[in-house]
Amino acid sequence: MMKKIGLIINPIAGIGGKVGLKGSDGLDIVEKAKALGAVAESGEKTLTALRSLALIEKDVEIYTYPGEMGADVCVEAGFKTVVLGQIEKDKTTSADTMTAAKEILKNDIALLLFAGGDGTARNILDAVDKDTLVLGIPAGCKIHSGVYAINPRSAGFLAAAVLQGRIAGSKEAEVMDIDEELFRKDIVQAKLYGYMRIPDAASLMQCRKSGGMVSDEDAVEEIAEYVADTMEKDTLYIVGTGSTTAAIMKKLNLPYTLLGVDLVCNNKVLANDCTEKTILDYLGRCEKVKIIVTIIGGQGYVFGRGNQQISAEVLRKVGKENVIIAATRNKLASLPDNKLYADTGNEEVNRLLSGWKRVIVGYKYEVVMKIYS
Amino acid sequence: MGYFKTNRNYQQARWDEPIIMELGNKGERGILVPRASKTVRGKVGTVDKLLPADLKRKAAPKLPEMSQMQVLRHYMRLSQETIGTDINIDIGLGTCTMKYSPKINEQFVRSEKLSELHPCQDESTVQGILKIMYKLEQYLKAISGMDKVSLQAGGGSQAIFANVETIRRYHEGRGEGAQRDEIITTILSHPANPGAAATIGYKVITLYPGEDGLPDLKALEAVLSERTAALMITNPEDTGIYNGKIKEFVDAVHKVGGLCAYDQANLNGVFGITRAKEAGFDMCHYNLHKSFSSPHGCQGPAAGAQCVSEKLAGFIAVPTVEFDGEKYYLEYDHPDSIGKLRKFYGVPAVFVRAYAYIRTLGPDWMRAIGELSILNNNYMVKKLLDIDGLDLPYGKENFRMEQARLSWQKLTDETGVTTDDICRRIVDYGFQDYFASHHPRIIPEPFTPEPVESYSKDDIDEFVAAFTAIAKEAKDNPALIKGAPHKAALAAQIDESGLNSWEKFATTWRAYKKYVEGK
Repeated sequence: MMKKIGLIINPIAGIGGKVGLKGSDGLDIVEKAKALGAVAESGEKTLTALRSLALIEKDVEIYTYPGEMGADVCVEAGFKTVVLGQIEKDKTTSADTMTAAKEILKNDIALLLFAGGDGTARNILDAVDKDTLVLGIPAGCKIHSGVYAINPRSAGFLAAAVLQGRIAGSKEAEVMDIDEELFRKDIVQAKLYGYMRIPDAASLMQCRKSGGMVSDEDAVEEIAEYVADTMEKDTLYIVGTGSTTAAIMKKLNLPYTLLGVDLVCNNKVLANDCTEKTILDYLGRCEKVKIIVTIIGGQGYVFGRGNQQISAEVLRKVGKENVIIAATRNKLASLPDNKLYADTGNEEVNRLLSGWKRVIVGYKYEVVMKIYS
Repeated sequence: MGYFKTNRNYQQARWDEPIIMELGNKGERGILVPRASKTVRGKVGTVDKLLPADLKRKAAPKLPEMSQMQVLRHYMRLSQETIGTDINIDIGLGTCTMKYSPKINEQFVRSEKLSELHPCQDESTVQGILKIMYKLEQYLKAISGMDKVSLQAGGGSQAIFANVETIRRYHEGRGEGAQRDEIITTILSHPANPGAAATIGYKVITLYPGEDGLPDLKALEAVLSERTAALMITNPEDTGIYNGKIKEFVDAVHKVGGLCAYDQANLNGVFGITRAKEAGFDMCHYNLHKSFSSPHGCQGPAAGAQCVSEKLAGFIAVPTVEFDGEKYYLEYDHPDSIGKLRKFYGVPAVFVRAYAYIRTLGPDWMRAIGELSILNNNYMVKKLLDIDGLDLPYGKENFRMEQARLSWQKLTDETGVTTDDICRRIVDYGFQDYFASHHPRIIPEPFTPEPVESYSKDDIDEFVAAFTAIAKEAKDNPALIKGAPHKAALAAQIDESGLNSWEKFATTWRAYKKYVEGK
């Protein structure tokens, strides 16, 4: 039976990067980039991904949008292509990405491939539900999101593995983006916008000497149970953003914000979705304080990406020794060079945080990693 | 002349043979037991009446009902559908130390002198096996530099478990049992170390490798404290890189009052070259079925030797074998002992093979095992690195010990062919599938071969040639590798997801019927 996937290309993704514009969000920026001689490469990168897919699996029907949004490269790569919708050539916007995602998803596809950067990922996030299996082909200027494959080629290979049933599981991955206005002024402020479901490359069927290994889901459960079991009385816990820390809140049966910072003391929520100011207010009232955070997969950021509410000021007051870091071993395995990073925007606090640190990876199970400032 | 062959046109037998529980017919039998004579029946009565009521089953066991020929045929077919160390060049299964186990040793084990012994016999009638065990313990003391050995453990992991138990007893004896609740290990040491520590209730702290592939001494120092019970570490780790600073690691742990256990399950790279004692360790263990040459036996029976220093001698697993100048005897009287680990003596068949192996070689040739393993491995690694797409993380220029963890990452990036694909494809060339890595795979697309001392240059060349051919296939026809195996007993990739999900995991036929088939 012919297998079906969806494909959406953001034709202008990455166009700002080559001419030093740090991003491509907004039609005026695109015009400026084009004036500077920039050429979009997202089509070319998608073609690479599709050729990788074709090497391994040719029997695929691709549902896509016209021309530069997908159809052109599908045909070039030799796939059977079903073209939906309409676009205005050279004038596509984020709205087209969202409409395309919704239209394509009506066709019972196994996987939605999309090419772009963090902005594109956010558009897709707005159009899909949490169980839709997606995978990004990295083509944008900014790739902070964990929903992208390492490179276009591996996106194609991973898609082939999904279609051939060689991937046993999927996982939630972060959709992150930074404020492009601030970014052009060299201020990096990343925000966690949500999660999408991607194929879990770690679950590719593996040959083994001994059977059985802990799935990421079970590992998160173990971590949550351990952190919950070892919480101390009369201590303020600043619970950071992300699904790992959310699992701890779930374990405690407390209401939580997935993308926000929550405050807990003696098994009660003091505040949800806090700003830096709220956190600082509570700090003044509590003697013992601990911070619980996780790591951004594939990158290793502990602070400064998606949890700016836990600011340099907060960290200075709480101290490195009261920071609890929790992440699954698969997440650690996704880090380049086993390095963790703190980027609080304050050099002095970054230095205070740097050095060796324990990371909770399971029940009574820790590893030692180095934080770099 | 020689042994090298590039293409054997291998094709494994394929029988599509069902599980034995699905074979046979009702009433079919292998042996028709003759009816007892009338006289016997008259005196003894029926079997039914001989059995006490509480020993009788309520229902007959659901065993397959088959005749002899059909049983034999079934197992002969299965044997053709497996691949073992005596039929292939078994270099791929790194960390397992798949060396040649001399066949003459099997004759000792199968001799009636051993096979007819009963573990409940009086000691005076089993002096021979006790002497072998006693002398084996003395040899292992000399090889490790430790002061006391127990042969109780039925495998390497159980010996590690015994060492963790010993660590616990030692600290409890000093009134620090509750305080010292952390055991430190490394991510590239064998997972049985954290596994045993966690089983006994310790918190486990794991060190990751730095840029040189070795754990960082500073990382260790950062987590050492009055809570440290022990460091449990392998050297060389799975990467095959020897940790020259091992003594400093040990000293740092001793400084805070912790103990150090050396996982020497695989001794091949340092056989006769270094000892646990000189590195300062308090204990170590050996898998006698690895470096000391005994067939691995597919989950046993194996033997793990627990070796400890003088200060831990009282904690070791019982019984130990002692000699009073006239006779050998089993000593259970160690009041501080962690106790027994399994029934009776341990696994004597493995002791006999290990004893014979040590006696045959002597100290000089044992050192030669270490040296040849290292030489073979570095020759193989150099040849493998000629393959475009295969790399050696943590430094190509550094020599390895007895094994190496390579990476197919470059080939995967270029072709989409992963280590798991190659692992299935190598079977089509008549080799066993290889060992990639323990989990998690911190080295991407891993491949961990170990050519031990047994294999010839021709064997290693043939092994490398097969991977060279596969790397070329990956570029020319990746779909071929993705679809492998093609020429093995199983023509297609099987769904292994049952190994990861407890809902589908069954280790017995009854469990399979109940949980997987839902009957």
